[in-house]
Amino acid sequence: MLKIIATRVIEAFIALLLMSIVIFLLSRLTGDPIALLLGDGATDADKIAMAQELGLDRPLPVQYLNFLGNALTGDFGQSVTAGKQPALDLVLSRLPASLSLAGVALIFTLIIGIVFGVLASVTRNSPIDVAARLIALVGQSVPSFWLGIVLMYIFAVQLRLLPTSGYGRPEHYILPAATLGLFTLAAITRLVRSSMLEALGSEYIKLARVKGLSESIVIWKHALANSLIPVITFMGTFFAVMITGAVIVETVFSWPGIGRLAYESILSRDFPVVQTVVLVITSLFIIANLLVDILYIVVDPRMRSRG
Amino acid sequence: MMTLETETPLLEMREVSVRLGRGAQAPALIENIDLKIFPGETVGLVGESGSGKTTLGMALMRLLPPLLDQGLSGEIFYDGEDIANLRAGELARLRGGEISMILQDPMASLNPIFSIGNQLKEGLRLNATAKGNLEARAIQALESVRIPSPKTRLANHPHQMSGGMRQRVVGAISLTRSPRLLIADEPTTSLDVTIQYQFLELLKDLQKRMRMAMLFITHDFGVVAKMCDRVAVMYAGQIVEEGPVRDIFNRPAHWYTRALLESVPTVDHAPERLPTIPGSPPTITGRPRGCRFHPRCANAQSKCLEPPVDVEVGAKHHAKCWFPLRAQRGAA
Ligand SMILES: Nc1ncnc2c1ncn2[C@@H]1O[C@H](COP(=O)(O)OP(=O)(O)OP(=O)(O)O)[C@@H](O)[C@H]1O
Ligand code: SF4
Ligand SMILES: [Mg+2]
Repeated sequence: MLKIIATRVIEAFIALLLMSIVIFLLSRLTGDPIALLLGDGATDADKIAMAQELGLDRPLPVQYLNFLGNALTGDFGQSVTAGKQPALDLVLSRLPASLSLAGVALIFTLIIGIVFGVLASVTRNSPIDVAARLIALVGQSVPSFWLGIVLMYIFAVQLRLLPTSGYGRPEHYILPAATLGLFTLAAITRLVRSSMLEALGSEYIKLARVKGLSESIVIWKHALANSLIPVITFMGTFFAVMITGAVIVETVFSWPGIGRLAYESILSRDFPVVQTVVLVITSLFIIANLLVDILYIVVDPRMRSRG
Repeated sequence: MMTLETETPLLEMREVSVRLGRGAQAPALIENIDLKIFPGETVGLVGESGSGKTTLGMALMRLLPPLLDQGLSGEIFYDGEDIANLRAGELARLRGGEISMILQDPMASLNPIFSIGNQLKEGLRLNATAKGNLEARAIQALESVRIPSPKTRLANHPHQMSGGMRQRVVGAISLTRSPRLLIADEPTTSLDVTIQYQFLELLKDLQKRMRMAMLFITHDFGVVAKMCDRVAVMYAGQIVEEGPVRDIFNRPAHWYTRALLESVPTVDHAPERLPTIPGSPPTITGRPRGCRFHPRCANAQSKCLEPPVDVEVGAKHHAKCWFPLRAQRGAA
């Protein structure tokens, strides 16, 4: 088991390294950083001097090693706006808002999605099941910017129950988390419902009933344990959906996270910040997938004894 | 063992049918089944694949899939109580401790997520009257089906065990609560011959100690001869013949039973090529009228297009055939 986990960790490191190369190359291919830094009025001499100062006249592999070395010491360059703040500091200061929003959304979608999926599967074709299927359909087809605006209009503008924006208190989370989570909620509900239906028809469920176990143990222990495995498999994807969704949701609700930071810095062509946001998000993504892999190994005994 | 006339059956099925849903015209998987099982006896249930043996067993456990459970009709008296009309949820109190079943597909009947110990103890815990701690009783249960080093096995997961081992674990789980009626659905088909023999011995042993009644579903007449007191022969969803095991072997009355017996090698009857029954059994939607066996029967006559009545052909021996065989088998 430790051996498999060690392999996964090494794989994650390799992925991080490959990712840094890709991001580095992209940053050198998309536009001229010197022109960006100096602005329009710069002379050629200024540009050459700048290139030498930043090491941009050296061969690409050397530049990459420099970039990597800087990155390892936490130096990702400075924001071109916002008083030349270090890019990493700027991104990290926005990270807690994003992570807490994604965390709240993920926890609630998991709980609601699992409960809903299970109830739908055991009361097949009942009103609960129909409602679950409807949510699954709507949740996966409604674009989140539209959903966010509609929710804001109904609950904040018309009913005045919740704030339109803001950050810090629990009620601030409700609308953005609902907007961010609906797609994943729909996906989890569907996934749990279909894998529960499969599990409920299986032989081990028959044996559990043959033993005389109560229906609640049969459903919530024997069937659900097996139905959660596909959910765990998709957790990495759910996380990715949440992170990418954050750009839109944070912008709609003025949420001070890295999603909105990415949006703003793209608009202001703040290149070092965009690059750092991308780097941080992809790192998060790789780490999340690593955690999911480990969780998977811990939960499924068949994975544990492999390799 | 012999059953006494005066004894009341532990289980009695009256006119039990299982259809594909509630409608009276829906195709039937099994139809008008009458069967009694007395305490301590073993009744064999034989018949070709698809004849409805598993469906009958599942109906007794009330473990049919929802559509088929809705299509269950007739009466199933267990210990005097009609369980055919209980809600499926109320059945939990009978399952495991009163009626239990060894499922046909043992490879898939253990939950892959939980350890053997976990799955055994779950059932044991429901046994309020038993003494001793759970761990000890779980070890004992594995010992009773001759699993070597049972203590370490408790921590194993199903995928870490061989097929024969899993089969015996499933057996242990189904038997731990000392049921009064065990439905064994081809419990030995996936085992090799020596292990098969051991497992049957084990069942007989447990049966003797606990005076358990068994419904033994199998394709194998060797196993029937070894295990059963009485045999019911199923064809296309009906019991076509039923009687004491010797009579069924020596003086089968139904033409299907004879054909089935002739397709089995015996010590004194092992030709180069076994005769097989020509044709194949009908599907549940394409069952012929009259005697369902008539398209394949060597003796079919126009009378056979009417449904045959169940006739007594010997002591406690009856068959659904217009022209039952009378002769001793092999005598002709
Ligand atoms: N859920 C179901 N829906 C529709 N038809 C079914 C269902 N389950 C079983 N059947 C059909 O009912 C018939 C009886 O099946 P059953 O499993 O009881 O046969 P069996 O005698 O146990 O066969 P085998 O010896 O292969 O185990 C078969 O024709 C089968 O295809
Ligand atoms: S009733 Fe007719 S067709 Fe059926 S087994 Fe008897 S002889 Fe054959
Ligand atoms: Mg079967």
